[in-house]
Amino acid sequence: MSSNERGFFRNIDWITILLYLCLCTIGWFNIHAAVYDEEHRSMVDLSTNYGKQFVFIAVSLVMAMVILLLDYRFFSALAPPFYIVTVLLLILVLVVGRNVGGNQAWISLGGGFRLQPSEFAKLSTVLLLAKYLSGTNVKITDTESFFITAGIIILPMALIMLQPDTGSTLVFFSLIFVLYREGLSPYFLIIIALSATLFILSLLVNQWLLVAGIAVIGALLVFFNLRNRKFIFGLLVWIVGSLGFVLAVKPLYSNVLQSHQRARIDELLGITFDPRGAGYNVNQSKIAIGSGQLWGKGYLQGTQTKYSFVPEQSTDFIFCTVGEEWGFVGSSVVIGLYLFLLLRVIQIAERQHMAFSRIYGYGVASIIFFHVLINIAMTIGLMPVIGIPLPFISYGGSSLISFTSLLFILLKLDSNRTGYTY
Amino acid sequence: MNNSFFERRYIIAAIFITFMVILLGRLFYIQLVDDRYLYFANNNVIRKKVLFPARGPILDRKGKILVQNEPVYDLMVIPKQVQPFDTLEFCKLIGIDMEGFHKRFEKARGHSVYLASIFEKQMSVSLYRSLQEKLSDFPGFYGQLRSVRSYPDSAAAQFLGYTGEVRDKDIEKSGGYYRLGDYIGITGVEKAYEDVLRGQRGVENQMVDSRNVPKGRYANGAYDTAAVAGERLISSLDLKIQKLGEKLMRNKVGSIVAIEPSTGEILAFVSSPTYDPNQMVGRERGNNMARMYQDPYNPLLIRPIQAYYPPGSSFKPLDGLIALQEGIINPQTTFFCPHYYMAGNHRVGCEHFDGPTNLSKGIAMSCNTYFCNVFDRLINRNGPKRTRQTFIDWKAKVNKFGFGVKLDVDLPNEKKGNVPAPERYDKIFGENRWRSSSIISLAIGQGELLATPLQLANIECTIANRGFYYRPHLIKAIGDKQITKKEYTERNFVGVDEQYFEPVIDGMQQVVEHGTAVGARIPGIVMCGKTGTVQNPHGKNHSIFVAFAPRDTPKIAIAVVVENAGFGSSWAAPIASYMVEEYLRDTITKPKAQVEYIMNANLLPPPKGSKVKEAKQTKADSLKKAKADSAEKPQPVLKSVKRKAKKQPSAVYYANQPAVRRDDEQ
Repeated sequence: MSSNERGFFRNIDWITILLYLCLCTIGWFNIHAAVYDEEHRSMVDLSTNYGKQFVFIAVSLVMAMVILLLDYRFFSALAPPFYIVTVLLLILVLVVGRNVGGNQAWISLGGGFRLQPSEFAKLSTVLLLAKYLSGTNVKITDTESFFITAGIIILPMALIMLQPDTGSTLVFFSLIFVLYREGLSPYFLIIIALSATLFILSLLVNQWLLVAGIAVIGALLVFFNLRNRKFIFGLLVWIVGSLGFVLAVKPLYSNVLQSHQRARIDELLGITFDPRGAGYNVNQSKIAIGSGQLWGKGYLQGTQTKYSFVPEQSTDFIFCTVGEEWGFVGSSVVIGLYLFLLLRVIQIAERQHMAFSRIYGYGVASIIFFHVLINIAMTIGLMPVIGIPLPFISYGGSSLISFTSLLFILLKLDSNRTGYTY
Repeated sequence: MNNSFFERRYIIAAIFITFMVILLGRLFYIQLVDDRYLYFANNNVIRKKVLFPARGPILDRKGKILVQNEPVYDLMVIPKQVQPFDTLEFCKLIGIDMEGFHKRFEKARGHSVYLASIFEKQMSVSLYRSLQEKLSDFPGFYGQLRSVRSYPDSAAAQFLGYTGEVRDKDIEKSGGYYRLGDYIGITGVEKAYEDVLRGQRGVENQMVDSRNVPKGRYANGAYDTAAVAGERLISSLDLKIQKLGEKLMRNKVGSIVAIEPSTGEILAFVSSPTYDPNQMVGRERGNNMARMYQDPYNPLLIRPIQAYYPPGSSFKPLDGLIALQEGIINPQTTFFCPHYYMAGNHRVGCEHFDGPTNLSKGIAMSCNTYFCNVFDRLINRNGPKRTRQTFIDWKAKVNKFGFGVKLDVDLPNEKKGNVPAPERYDKIFGENRWRSSSIISLAIGQGELLATPLQLANIECTIANRGFYYRPHLIKAIGDKQITKKEYTERNFVGVDEQYFEPVIDGMQQVVEHGTAVGARIPGIVMCGKTGTVQNPHGKNHSIFVAFAPRDTPKIAIAVVVENAGFGSSWAAPIASYMVEEYLRDTITKPKAQVEYIMNANLLPPPKGSKVKEAKQTKADSLKKAKADSAEKPQPVLKSVKRKAKKQPSAVYYANQPAVRRDDEQ
């Protein structure tokens, strides 16, 4: 504990903290711009979103302090109970939760504040995943370990799916990067990429044409590799799998997905064009960002956001304000900050001696990456509308505090990277 | 150490970088390459509000206002803001019934719930004042100021024309300048000078939010432009004589055109019957318009430039001038007048019996025999075989005086009158089978010769100027800038030398001094004139008088036509003399009773289709005739003319065609 006696700022990665503070500040200013009106000029007016966000930032900083003050072994030790509590909360929210916008995702805390357990589920899942995978004799390539790992991830996913909160559910898929880093076969990544491609293609192209195409390509590959029996066998499995997937897409698409989700995907792929209905949000969001041009319209000058053409402007669509008021330059800065942060987190993860810390670090990177990618891609019409926040920038206490915790636990682990092994 | 896959960090980092670059690429495209989005964003938020400029006023030559703008209020409604209120009281206040209220309200709602629509158009200021006090009881309603045309003297309606909402055709033609609901000049000066009068529209860029609620000005008004008011037009009209003319022509059909010979500026432009131009404005416009279209006397016809009359005897000076120029006669040439003229076997009667008659006397006494002889010589000067060719030459000479061609006055829809083409006679008599005797009625301004009052007045200008005229025009200045159009300062020579005018003018002076129009004499002013009595197969003769004065320094040339009034001397001549005196002296020395008698006389012919005979002429008419002690009697009608008139009654006398009718108005 000598390190703590010398001050808990020892060995802290200041670069990450700086990036974190930059993003929080950008978030706060943009929330201000998004909901700005003449009546509430003060930046800390508690009746407005930016006033509340100020409180959330303060709470997050306190939270960060607390985390830095705790012993590094605390997180590893508490991962299982924390995970159990989160799962219980996820069950509880299904019973007593408040329904906001079709999702039963919030537990009211009184005073206008409320808790979103799914935000904390990400953190606890990553912690437990790190704890489990760093255990001795656990190898992701073993069948038993693989299924336990899968179970850890799928349990909270299933509970969140029941709310139903598709966006938060999908976030857990990002943990594939963690598993990959820890030795999962790269085929899983390839399968995901291939599935995504085939999914889009089978919605856009006649499915029998697609089946024929796959068959022809498969036949050619087989023909030119007749000597290599092992390869042919593997190839046949892939081809049959692809064909099955392609044929399954249509029925799955129309039966499993909800109609508004289908509408958003159809709109994105250009199958339908309805800028006043299903496509309204994305269309207005693209208009907001696109009209920012190089330098943007200037702080508080965005007309799309200020005059409420863009919905959910302080939460999921906060990037519209960035794009509209700060233009390509501001957008690039924000994306640059995120990329810098992600690479820094990977670097931090890789310099850990403890497997727990490293795995945890990759978990942090994966989750942040997934949020940033999906959120921004959604606002510029590259992804269907999925309601997940932009880390550190979107309005929301639960999301900010959980992302802060996620990041600062890594920093705490990192500050103890030397001298101890696990 | 379970760290065997550390190289995979690079793959993961590469995936992260790749996706972020994809995001940046997309942002680059929508923010920097594709500029549709800025346009869409502006479309979302900017509402361009058109600021309408005030239309330019029109003044008379002395600066008196002929037309100006008057504020009216459009009552606007924003249906979303309307709360329950006392509808009955509201209806009573603006003078509509409940049914009308609901109709209007539903129409406004159909347009937009959040946007303002016009509820009631063009309420007068006084009506709005009375409503204004109570408007706070009716949330959602408000008045919007706009301006409409107003005519303080109610004068010169046909000259000024009127404005109205644009039609689809106008919008198309303007290339999108006009928008639905805009006003545009439809006739008269309002149309001719539309580009100058309308001014320049301004634009105010207002911002609205996603629910169309106004949010202030865009960019603090940096892209707004102010409306520029239309230019002021100074017309050449003299309001005083214009009004006098309209009074004199009350209850008569006809027109008065007075021109200043030294400039071509039109001083009076009376078309009768006329109407109060204020009727073309305001809430009653539609009804008034409908009534005017049904009026048998067609007040919308711009008679000075659209009605056709044979010039009759007022054409005789032209005969003389052309003959003098051609050397066919000289001022001393005399013909013996035996009370008639024999054209072949047609007898052209003459109302006086003076024996030897020379040019001046011929004009003074309006001798048919003299001018038939002159015309016969003129058309036969190259031998009877060459009649056709000589006639074409004659027609060209008459055209030079502005007969049968448009004078290009600055008003739309001017008619050109008619000087018959030789083909016309080929058709009637057979090719080359007509001679001067066949067309002798042209000598006395009858037959197929048709002229507008403007053309008649213009000939007087030419005579007054001794050989040329300036193109007649109605607008002398735009804004503070004099119109210096080259064509207005150019002398249009008519091809008759100056020296030939004096004998003709002598004759015209005698017309007034002791000839057919002695009643028009104004002591102290040497006026030269010529009467005309035009045969009208539909009823009583038309009375025509043309004149200019003073003889040596002509200040005014005038043509007066009174339809169905009888002799030129009895109605047209006195009207002309009052106009001239009023213009030159600012007063009329004739007894007031005489003037008022003319003003009050009702000479309207029975409406077309009615069986009332015109024999019901007032006693006053004959009385007046005696007073005027004119010798002129109706000229006998040539049989050929009579025949033709019977055959083709539509071809002669006055244009009955209605003014260009707008199909969107009833």
